[in-house]
Amino acid sequence: MMLPVVAARACALGALMLLAACTATERRKSAEATSSGAAEFTRIAQVLKSPRCINCHPAGNSPHQGDEARVHDFRVTRGPADHGAPGMNCSTCHQENNQESSGVPGAHHWQLAPMSMAWEGLSDAELCRTLLDQSKNGGRSVADLVHHMTEDPLVKWGWAPGVQRTPPPIAHEEFLELVRAWAARGAGCPDAPG
Amino acid sequence: MPEFALNVNGKRRVTQAEPDTPLLWVLREQLKLTGTKFGCGVAACGACTVNIDGAAVRSCSFPVSAAGERAITTIEGLSPDRSHALQRAWIAEQVPQCGYCQSGMLMAANALLRDISLPSDADIDAAITNICRCGTYTRVRKAIHHAARMLDAQK
Repeated sequence: MMLPVVAARACALGALMLLAACTATERRKSAEATSSGAAEFTRIAQVLKSPRCINCHPAGNSPHQGDEARVHDFRVTRGPADHGAPGMNCSTCHQENNQESSGVPGAHHWQLAPMSMAWEGLSDAELCRTLLDQSKNGGRSVADLVHHMTEDPLVKWGWAPGVQRTPPPIAHEEFLELVRAWAARGAGCPDAPG
Repeated sequence: MPEFALNVNGKRRVTQAEPDTPLLWVLREQLKLTGTKFGCGVAACGACTVNIDGAAVRSCSFPVSAAGERAITTIEGLSPDRSHALQRAWIAEQVPQCGYCQSGMLMAANALLRDISLPSDADIDAAITNICRCGTYTRVRKAIHHAARMLDAQK
């Protein structure tokens, strides 16, 4: 009759050991993520996946618009050079600054990201690897990516998007710190899910 | 109020305006070039389309201060006597109904033909996103093809 009690105790002990092992694994992963910058990237991805960024990094040939990321009005298309169709460029409507009277947003070199930098539908890990892949990112090094994300007028526009557009979920100053910290810690990527 | 020297239809036109004044207001109210129309005011309908250095621009959403010395062409500058191929094709194909959107249509078409001399239907659909409440779209497309052929024959 003592056997079930012993077995139960053994199972409980085993479960505790497994839990401890899992917790240690998680801690190790967390420490690695922090040391590599992967943890920072997970937060950076919240910005990159916000409508202000991803609307112009679509997976297809139409930009998106608005906080709901709807397909751009008027059948606007990517065009051969990511600046819109011939005769109907992005600059037909989008100028160097937001236009208060019309509500049309604008910033320097308003355009779509190339198809190789389509982010729509990517996980954080996939997004990170795409961002770092120089065959896709226009040959940018990590330093170039930091410069792009911290200095490019079109990226900065995200935090001053004009009327009826919500800025990314992380404040600009915090985003700059995250990007720099990510790069400084090795520009690591989160593990792929599953 | 700041002064701007604009290059409109090949002429130097000096005007005063606040820097963020839409070009459309300046064209219509200061320069009395009323062929360019106000439609929606939010760059959606295309009635206010003009050409700036040959490209289509919706003038309701273009600040006058951004023009600099760039060449602005309005419907009045397309030709002095309605002889431009697009104008002739528009008449030949009897495109307009009420006509309100047509100057914007013509200027958008002019920008398209600068970039693609013989556009396909798909090229026209991608470039001419102007709105016509009379529904003249199929005749617009037909007239653009017609004008393109005329211009091509002149080469």
